[in-house]
Amino acid sequence: MELRPILSTLRRHKIATTLIVLEIAFSCAVVCNALFLIGQRLERIQRPTGLDESHLVELHVSGIGKDSDALAVTRDDLSALRAIPGVRAASIINQTVFGSNFGVSGISLRPDQDKPTATETRYLGGTQVIETLGLRVVSGRPFNANEFTDFQTNPTSTPESSSTPVILSQALAERLFPGQNAVGKTLYIDGTNPVVGVVDRLVQPRDNGRSAQYDYAVLMPSNLPYSRGTYLLRVADPAQRQAILKTALQTLRTHGPTRLVSSDDARTLEQARHSYYDDDRTMAWLLVTVCVVLLLVTAGGIVGLTSFWVQQRTRQIGIRRALGASKRQILNYFQTENLMLVSAGIALGMLLAYAINQLLMSKYELPRLPLMYLPVGAVLLWALGQVAVFWPARKAAAVPPAIATRSA
Amino acid sequence: MIGYYFRLALRSLRRTPVMTALMVCAIGLGIGASMTMLTVLHVMTQDPIPEKSGGLFYPHLDPLPLKYPDGGRWGNPSNNFTYPDAMALLTHGKATHQAAMAGGRLLVWPTKAVARPNYYEGRFTTADFFAMFQVPFEHGQGWTAHEDDEHARVAVLGHDLAVKLYGTTDVVGRTVRLKDTLFRVVGVTAPWSPQPRFYADLGSSDSFGQSDAFFLPLSVAVELRFDISGNQSSWAESDMEDVLKSPSSSWLQFWVELDTPQQVADYTRFLHDYAAQQHASGRFERDPETVRLYPLMDWLAYRKLVPSEVQLQLWLALGFLLVCLVNIIALLLAKFLRRGNEIGVRRALGARGRDILVQLGTEAALIGLSGGLLGIALSQLGLWSVRQRPDDYARIAQMDAPMLFSTVTLAVVATLLSGLLPAWRASRISPALQIKGV
Repeated sequence: MELRPILSTLRRHKIATTLIVLEIAFSCAVVCNALFLIGQRLERIQRPTGLDESHLVELHVSGIGKDSDALAVTRDDLSALRAIPGVRAASIINQTVFGSNFGVSGISLRPDQDKPTATETRYLGGTQVIETLGLRVVSGRPFNANEFTDFQTNPTSTPESSSTPVILSQALAERLFPGQNAVGKTLYIDGTNPVVGVVDRLVQPRDNGRSAQYDYAVLMPSNLPYSRGTYLLRVADPAQRQAILKTALQTLRTHGPTRLVSSDDARTLEQARHSYYDDDRTMAWLLVTVCVVLLLVTAGGIVGLTSFWVQQRTRQIGIRRALGASKRQILNYFQTENLMLVSAGIALGMLLAYAINQLLMSKYELPRLPLMYLPVGAVLLWALGQVAVFWPARKAAAVPPAIATRSA
Repeated sequence: MIGYYFRLALRSLRRTPVMTALMVCAIGLGIGASMTMLTVLHVMTQDPIPEKSGGLFYPHLDPLPLKYPDGGRWGNPSNNFTYPDAMALLTHGKATHQAAMAGGRLLVWPTKAVARPNYYEGRFTTADFFAMFQVPFEHGQGWTAHEDDEHARVAVLGHDLAVKLYGTTDVVGRTVRLKDTLFRVVGVTAPWSPQPRFYADLGSSDSFGQSDAFFLPLSVAVELRFDISGNQSSWAESDMEDVLKSPSSSWLQFWVELDTPQQVADYTRFLHDYAAQQHASGRFERDPETVRLYPLMDWLAYRKLVPSEVQLQLWLALGFLLVCLVNIIALLLAKFLRRGNEIGVRRALGARGRDILVQLGTEAALIGLSGGLLGIALSQLGLWSVRQRPDDYARIAQMDAPMLFSTVTLAVVATLLSGLLPAWRASRISPALQIKGV
């Protein structure tokens, strides 16, 4: 197909040509970035926690009034929970993944350090905590039974607790001791804390912001009272989770002193994950909607403008038909014209997409737009252009040659 | 003449229903998306207390040690006050009103023995709170500074909690059991819920949304060691027994009302002097020059209440509107130029280029108006979907009259601007050439 006549025709419609190219460029830029953002969200939603998520349920109990021996009640609660058929392990923990509580501590490598080396989240877990969470110890060892001491409101006031062992997430171990084995090293968080083990992955309760720090976590052994933690149960069969939650709630209601045992605070970890990432899912769907509508609007623009061109050039088309051009050739003419316009738009759009991404990177800590999104956007727009142009182009091809003999 | 143009425009639009529908839809979608996000942004950045915001200020001290890591991911603890600093400002500051406050979650016991107790969010504060923020009362009033000093077991209930507990709000003098303590109700507020909740610990999850269920004297909350909700940060070892009163633990918010520029200047000097004195005594390690006195709206801006998520969505919506407008320009251009014959005839009959411009402008405005109406409908739909979200700001996403008005204005102005280029281009059609073709 000869491109020169198309180009010269377009040159005579500078404004319309510019507009359609601009529209495609903007669409391309927005769609590329939106697709990238969708990808980011999907990646976040699926980010693993390192826990055995499909087998975990959590229950929260709050105390009413004073309870002089919450620790004893908690011990009884836990043994009752472990006795429920289908429960493989149970523990108490100070904060849950995807929960609303969030404790943070400064970590130092030397006792006399000025600023802490890192400020990371700290999990306090009771006996069976590692089995319950389903953590994989990749080096060192899990906590020994005698390392779980009873929780004290003021740990620094008792000298014997000043040597609590810790387990690190692999990412944090690598961050604190790059290239070395963290096991056997000593940290200073609450007094002196020897590192006894490293688990392959353990994440913060909240996944906000920079992903590199999401999997920095410290785990310490501590028998917490129920008023300061959440019960976690690991079940043998995921299908039994709801039934076990119900039994567990019943057990806790009839157990120990009067407490608030709410079924609102009892949920599977998968439910917790689902509601935690609700915003991201909404955002992803919103972006999908925007993309679809944007492409529809762009398609509408292409249809409208091409129809106009076809109408304007009816006589010219008629003459070409009279001179022997086939319907196919007329169709091809408009399709080729569209391909050229869209290609120009895409070329401009990619520059624009990159510029928008630069802007987003500087303002919202987003990573660089991966190059793969550009061809995806391009193919999408090429296809869209061809589909949109088909209807007006077919109308053009249907122009009878006899029209050339008429005066208008 | 405009009436005539209006009829012409209607006829022209009816002649090309598909193209008209396309343009109206494009405008409507673009406007609908943008106005949804602009409304969300609007309610998040609005003045929560317009009648008083000019006189309300948030002092900012920095008691953090020099070695405290800056720009931490967990927020800046110096945005809240330590107990000793708040008390010092409360005692020595000379403002029209001043109050220290913090949020708290307490178990509230029902009056009937059969019902179960429930947790409610309320506020621990000092006497001036009610006068400073002009909290409306249905019955009774706030407590006095004297009662603050006496650690009096008094409480002010919110309208909803009073109704829930007693079935009525006329309950002044009755008792309410919060956690383990009995309080005498001295007042019941009318529903009062400024948005954003500017006085609370901003940045945590309760910057927007629910109102306080109860108010208690701060002195009582500290004495009974009630749990504080919101950020609590400590930066030095201290005796856990006294953590609320610790000079190295921040958890309070502090507001002052200053009515004249002279008062503002005096208070600023007072803050500087206080910081300098604390610096000299060695408690503040940082330069006393870092103290600030934020006017309310500046404080809200400083605390960045708008999540980047919402900003991103706004940019997206505006980008979308831009594409829609370019689309409108192209379609209007096509539409107007197609009518070269008609325009040529009108020109030949004596219409000036300006008349053509007005005629086509009317048509563009009509499209804009229809698009604006569609946009209102779509943005209501959009806001409805925003309200279904679990975010704390979502529930207040409502469009007010000015926003409604600006939706239509934006639509018409945007379409008029986009119609300008095509109309101008069409008005320059030379009559002679077109007439020849007819």
